Amino acid sequence: MATILTFAEHRDGKLRRSSLEVVSEARRLASPLGATVSTVLIGPGGEALAGEVASYGADEVRVFDDAAFGSYATEAWAAALGQAIADTKPSVVLVPFTSLGKDMAPRVAAKVGAGLASDCVGLEVKGGRLVGRRPVYAGKAYATVEWAGEPQMATLRPNVFPLGTKDPSRQAAVVKATASPSARAKVTAVRATAQGKVQLTEAQIIVSGGRGLKGPENFHLVEGLAEAMGAAVGASRAVVDAGWVDHQLQVGQTGKTVSPSLYVACGISGAIQHLAGMSSSKYIVAINKDKDAPIFKVADYGIVGDVFEVLPKLTAAAKAHLASRG
Amino acid sequence: MKIVVCVKQVPDTETRVKVAASGDAISETDVGSWIVSPYDEFAIEEALRIKEAKGGEVVAVTAGPDRAQAALRTALAMGADSAVHVKDAALEASDALGTARALAAAIRTLVPVDLVLCGQQGVGGDNSQVPAMLAELLDLPQVTVAVKVEVGDGKATVEREVEGGRETWETPLPAVVSAQKGLNEPRYASLKGIMGAKKKPVHVVDLAGLGLDAAAVAPRVKVAALELPPARPAVRLIEGDPEGQAKELIRLLHEEAKVI
Repeated sequence: MATILTFAEHRDGKLRRSSLEVVSEARRLASPLGATVSTVLIGPGGEALAGEVASYGADEVRVFDDAAFGSYATEAWAAALGQAIADTKPSVVLVPFTSLGKDMAPRVAAKVGAGLASDCVGLEVKGGRLVGRRPVYAGKAYATVEWAGEPQMATLRPNVFPLGTKDPSRQAAVVKATASPSARAKVTAVRATAQGKVQLTEAQIIVSGGRGLKGPENFHLVEGLAEAMGAAVGASRAVVDAGWVDHQLQVGQTGKTVSPSLYVACGISGAIQHLAGMSSSKYIVAINKDKDAPIFKVADYGIVGDVFEVLPKLTAAAKAHLASRG
Repeated sequence: MKIVVCVKQVPDTETRVKVAASGDAISETDVGSWIVSPYDEFAIEEALRIKEAKGGEVVAVTAGPDRAQAALRTALAMGADSAVHVKDAALEASDALGTARALAAAIRTLVPVDLVLCGQQGVGGDNSQVPAMLAELLDLPQVTVAVKVEVGDGKATVEREVEGGRETWETPLPAVVSAQKGLNEPRYASLKGIMGAKKKPVHVVDLAGLGLDAAAVAPRVKVAALELPPARPAVRLIEGDPEGQAKELIRLLHEEAKVI
């Protein structure tokens, strides 16, 4: 029977949501592929998470829990996933497109000579083979991709694939596995940054600010609305290049490509490279004083108005809404 | 120090993408201008800064068609010393792994190399795969998405951007490092640099010259079709005074869109 191998990321005893999305998608693909789902967990403490991974659809959990797999190191993780591929000979390998997945998956693909499609937003099975859909040019176009040979490897964009229904009665067989944990490049320190509260690429709601805010001293209007809505903060390239905010907040073709449920663009005109990075959002709100701004061409809801007047009212309305829901 | 910088030529980020008649690629005739992928500019700049501080040489390498040589000339104009252009018809349909195999073979002809720098992503294909693949193929350690690089004696300290933070990595050299926005401010080529670049050597080599055949770079992932994103429905403008607009928007987001 064919195998779909997935990689699941865990830290501090918790599985990341994007990894569970990947397991859920593997479960969905399992029946048209006639495959079982095997999930790889690397690092101590993996075995304790086997039940949760199983509840989303894994039939087997392969645990590399040697103490030497204490903190992420590309070569060690790639060796472990490479070992799991050698052991299970999967037809499909799915990895979340997170910082870690993005660093590790191509190394594994090169190791096993597999084709890798990055940042997939859709997967289906046709004639027993995987067919993927992925944005290119930061979403200015979408490519339908097919693989030659096996395994067919893909990284999956977080926040796009729905979580499956959790079934706590599902059980997975736990297989203990080993690989060389040696690595030359190693992490020596980790520092959280101030914007670390809600992650842009995994956020359900993003509030972004642009040049319409006129200066860095006004960016708190965007941050205030984001806080009221429980959203991540984003920014246009213009304000990043002007040094108002850190480049990590940049949404667009040379920044992050995002697909939240709701994207609120404040004082952003909508340069083509910005639209590329956010136009796959489910709902888009544009607030801009120029009614002809290109951002209104992609928006679902628009307010033609002054961000300095609208944002404080919107923040208050969002707070009132949240309070009314208790 | 000998530093190799991998560069890719891509359409300008302001390009309005159109699909070619073949249906599986962008229409190159609709590309206004071709540029060095912006992340590769950070890699070139970092290589030049390391060379300026430590001495040595910078070699720019690309895999691409004839037009890609302009990207190498840009790197040379910025200050790279020489360039290698891997050019072969078989590379035109290649995927990231094929490209990485061609680049790795080219880099092997340049050893000993102390550092391989790349952009963290080629804009357009948006794969973010080649740097890590190069590291595996060359059996080197890697640090990707770097926002700070400090080269020491036989080693480097690299800060890498991850969700919600930064990691500091230590790696022995040689290594592959991929550059993220924020690493530096790339310089513009001076007129003198542009004139001088014309005299710098560009070594053109095909796959056979690197000991590879077409099968080695045959794509494992193929684009079967390319399409523009579906058009979004027309915007619904909310009228009224700012307070009324704000309340109505929150109501719509809650009751209609059901996203808050």
